[in-house]
Amino acid sequence: MDYLSIIFSEIYKIFFLLVPVLVSVAMVVWLDRRIWAFVQKRQGPNVVGPFGLLQSLADALKYIFKEVIIPSSANKVIFILAPIVTMTLALISWAVIPFGTTQVLADINVGILYLFAVSSLGVYGIIMGGWASNSKYPFLGAIRSAAQMVSYEVSIGVIIINVLLCVGSLNLNDIVMAQENLWFVIPLFPMFVIFFISALAETNRPPFDLPEAEAELVAGYQTEYSGMMYAMFWLGEYANILLMCAMGSILFLGGWLSPIEIYPFTLIPGAIWLIFKILFLFILFALVKAIVPRYRYDQLMRLGWKIFLPLALTWVVLTSSYLFYFNLLPTN
Amino acid sequence: MKISRIFKTIFMLDFLGGLTIALRELFKPKKTINYPFEKGKISPRFRGEHALRRYPDGEERCIACKLCEAVCPAQAITIESSERADGSRKTTRYDIDMMKCIYCGLCEESCPVDAIVQGPNFEFSTETREELYYNKEKLLDNGDRWENILAANIKADEPYR
Repeated sequence: MDYLSIIFSEIYKIFFLLVPVLVSVAMVVWLDRRIWAFVQKRQGPNVVGPFGLLQSLADALKYIFKEVIIPSSANKVIFILAPIVTMTLALISWAVIPFGTTQVLADINVGILYLFAVSSLGVYGIIMGGWASNSKYPFLGAIRSAAQMVSYEVSIGVIIINVLLCVGSLNLNDIVMAQENLWFVIPLFPMFVIFFISALAETNRPPFDLPEAEAELVAGYQTEYSGMMYAMFWLGEYANILLMCAMGSILFLGGWLSPIEIYPFTLIPGAIWLIFKILFLFILFALVKAIVPRYRYDQLMRLGWKIFLPLALTWVVLTSSYLFYFNLLPTN
Repeated sequence: MKISRIFKTIFMLDFLGGLTIALRELFKPKKTINYPFEKGKISPRFRGEHALRRYPDGEERCIACKLCEAVCPAQAITIESSERADGSRKTTRYDIDMMKCIYCGLCEESCPVDAIVQGPNFEFSTETREELYYNKEKLLDNGDRWENILAANIKADEPYR
């Protein structure tokens, strides 16, 4: 009976984490489209619900009732598994995101490592989908996206090392608490910029959306997908974007800490601050989508391997020598 | 590479410039309209759905001269006529195949009595092909329904005819 109550309380907690995440994914898709439209002086989705807020729910409903078509030459098992893997991996990473000192589903001591590992696994869903489709465009899209995600993960990893050097712990709550006096975005600003750009590449957002470049690859690895399976890819993609925004706000923008520790600001719960920071980063994501042209593939690879990686590595050396010289290395 | 170019690249000045422009455009009034709820302005010369007009006393204008039938480049118009009891020539059949029609406006231009006109209505999509074979009743009905606007449009275009 004891186990049962533990299981139920955990399921209860997971439910109350996942439902808000899924709802916010739907809202965020609306926000993305709306900002994109506004920059181009269009109106964007504004018919379904107030300000078109329910547009994504209507889209989801449409996807549910659409027929799922599986190509006859596809590998059925992997073809069906791919969107499930993508969405699951995008959602399980939310387990370690802290919304407050105690408001975290799994307060594990290697939180950032877990986050990084799970987001790296995300590439499998895409490769599986692209390869199992057994068709040329999805295959090319999957190859591109695999290469791209792997290259940018390297620089993200090195950037995370920068932050970890300053914190001395892999626990996400410790990382947040270490920024009580000074958010890492100030001393590590260049790393924040590189992190942001790498996050764009990692989540296949424009200007790095080569895997799904419409003009050349139709829809990349999603070309053969339809109905709810397509919607799951799309959900996973946006959940990943939100996750990257959350990661950015935890690593650099002080997570759930309020910007100023004075009276009216401290009243607002930490979760709200974290949501504000995630939204801020997401709006930046959306604006970038609206203003930049797509990179060429060799430029993308050059940026990742020849610019970001050396820069991040140099910054690791700089950070560690600075911390060592001034005897600021965290000791725990 | 010039120093200024390197400076620009490192600090992403072009990107930041683009971002400020995007932020400025974000709050500007939108250029698009909410189509089914608000509609764009239409010129009096707009060539939309066809209509056959009547005189104010209810007599149909068409005299079955068949100029429109002759001028129609898509050959969408079919007219048959006969003499009526009072000796006037009137149409017994006036069909327009709206799927053949190319909305060039030549029928309207050729008509000596302003009987066949193209109105401002462009929302007459149907679910079946048959509904788009317009006959005389349908066209006269259109004329009765849109008469006010049609008359106003012809009046507005008068100086240029």
